[in-house]
Amino acid sequence: MIEFDHVNKHYGAHHVLRDITMTVSRGEVVVVCGPSGSGKSTLIKCVNALESYQSGHILVEGVDVKSKARSAAALRQRVGMVFQNFELYPHLSVIDNICIAQRVVLKRHAGEARERAWRLLDRVGLRDKAAAYPMNLSGGQQQRIAIARALALDPEIMLFDEPTSALDPEMINEVLDVMTALAADGMTMMVVTHEMGFARRVASRVVFMDKGEVVEDCSTTEFFNDTKSRADRTRQFLDKILSH
Amino acid sequence: MNYQWNWSLLLDEPYAGWLLAGLGWTVALSVVGWVIALPLGTAIGIARTSSSRWLRVLSGFYVSVFRNIPLLLQMFVWFFVVPELLPDRLGLWFKRDLPNPEFWTAALALAFYTSGRLAELFRAGLQAVPRGQVMAADATGMSRPQALRHVIMPQALRIILPPLTSEFLSIVKNSSLALTIGVLELTAQSRQIENFTFHGFEAFGAATAFYMLVALILNLVMVSLRRTLTLPVAV
Ligand SMILES: Nc1ncnc2c1ncn2[C@@H]1O[C@H](COP(=O)(O)OP(=O)(O)O)[C@@H](O)[C@H]1O
Ligand SMILES: [Mg+2]
Repeated sequence: MIEFDHVNKHYGAHHVLRDITMTVSRGEVVVVCGPSGSGKSTLIKCVNALESYQSGHILVEGVDVKSKARSAAALRQRVGMVFQNFELYPHLSVIDNICIAQRVVLKRHAGEARERAWRLLDRVGLRDKAAAYPMNLSGGQQQRIAIARALALDPEIMLFDEPTSALDPEMINEVLDVMTALAADGMTMMVVTHEMGFARRVASRVVFMDKGEVVEDCSTTEFFNDTKSRADRTRQFLDKILSH
Repeated sequence: MNYQWNWSLLLDEPYAGWLLAGLGWTVALSVVGWVIALPLGTAIGIARTSSSRWLRVLSGFYVSVFRNIPLLLQMFVWFFVVPELLPDRLGLWFKRDLPNPEFWTAALALAFYTSGRLAELFRAGLQAVPRGQVMAADATGMSRPQALRHVIMPQALRIILPPLTSEFLSIVKNSSLALTIGVLELTAQSRQIENFTFHGFEAFGAATAFYMLVALILNLVMVSLRRTLTLPVAV
């Protein structure tokens, strides 16, 4: 569970998160959308403390992100993250990419880490790529490995920052399929994406952000079907991304 | 030109022995200098990219001092000035009891000078690793040292490998400046042979051949290192 309580963030004079208050319950999949620069990445990076904020609170599983009672490492082990550009480690093979944080952060033994890695490779359908290096994989395959790498630490929450935006169209679905399966398994997810088909099928809620503000925070059905109750800028945004 | 070539003279005693001894000192200076400079330069290079302002300022100062003062001057300072500045007992030990004081002074001067250059190299390499990689390591809970060790440094090393090998070549060449404070390394020995025999061409030729041999070997080492370290390219 993630609780945002009046969170504000500034870059100098630029107010990038404006009084964000919302809750992502356990097992919920929340899609965050909005124009570029609206603060979506900043918002989810605050959850695993990759970004900080000036006021308000964010609680992850009941503990404040800034609390000294839990280290950054412990927080990030509970919150996995997947990036737009995959960010696999180019000098490590696929299996080592999945093992490295298990070894270094969780201090798992090599055998245990590998066993976990093999199971995750099965889960993302890339067992045969274990020995390959990232640059020999397609974008879709790289992103699936990146998901496996994040899952290797057994997180309770997964954050996705535009996981399919850097992909060729024909590879988007293989990644969305992995995410859909993850959601079906009950993972708590915050997904920044403009894949509205995915949002419709998988999300329990949709959050629309603009200029650092949460403009909409409602159930998926409401968001797509009850368009009359949506704000003007939400409708404009939806028109733009659904028109093609 | 009426010059009597006599290459075989280089094989005669005592000249062959001189050359070999010179070679030994050159190799020793370069290796000792490198063994000190590499970890020092790495540490200072890391400090240059630290999030602590203090560390960045201090390491920046270190780099500008050791990199910008000519090596020859640094050798003189280490040899003539530093022992005077040390506490009496230590200074005396330095001048009188330390075996081969010229050698150790020259090796230290080389090491500090080279460490400044290596620090800049490592800084550039570390900063060339994409920020997304650092973020990915952070996001999996790695601490700064862990990310450095497992994610950033391995990539930085691959980036700086070619200039790193040429820094080693530089330290070999720069070691010849040690002759100015009396280390009888290769160049000094060639000069001495020239003084004794007036066969400067052969003596300096032998030294030149050695420096070129080192360059050649280093090149081979670099090529094979590069082959083992280079990431498989998309096929
Ligand atoms: N490091 C930074 N320094 C200053 N401004 C930033 C920085 N990172 C992001 N911003 C600004 O914060 C706003 C939100 O950025 P971001 O969260 O990346 O938006 P989104 O992910 O929705 O496209 C943007 O206006 C961006 O220019
Ligand atoms: Mg973004």
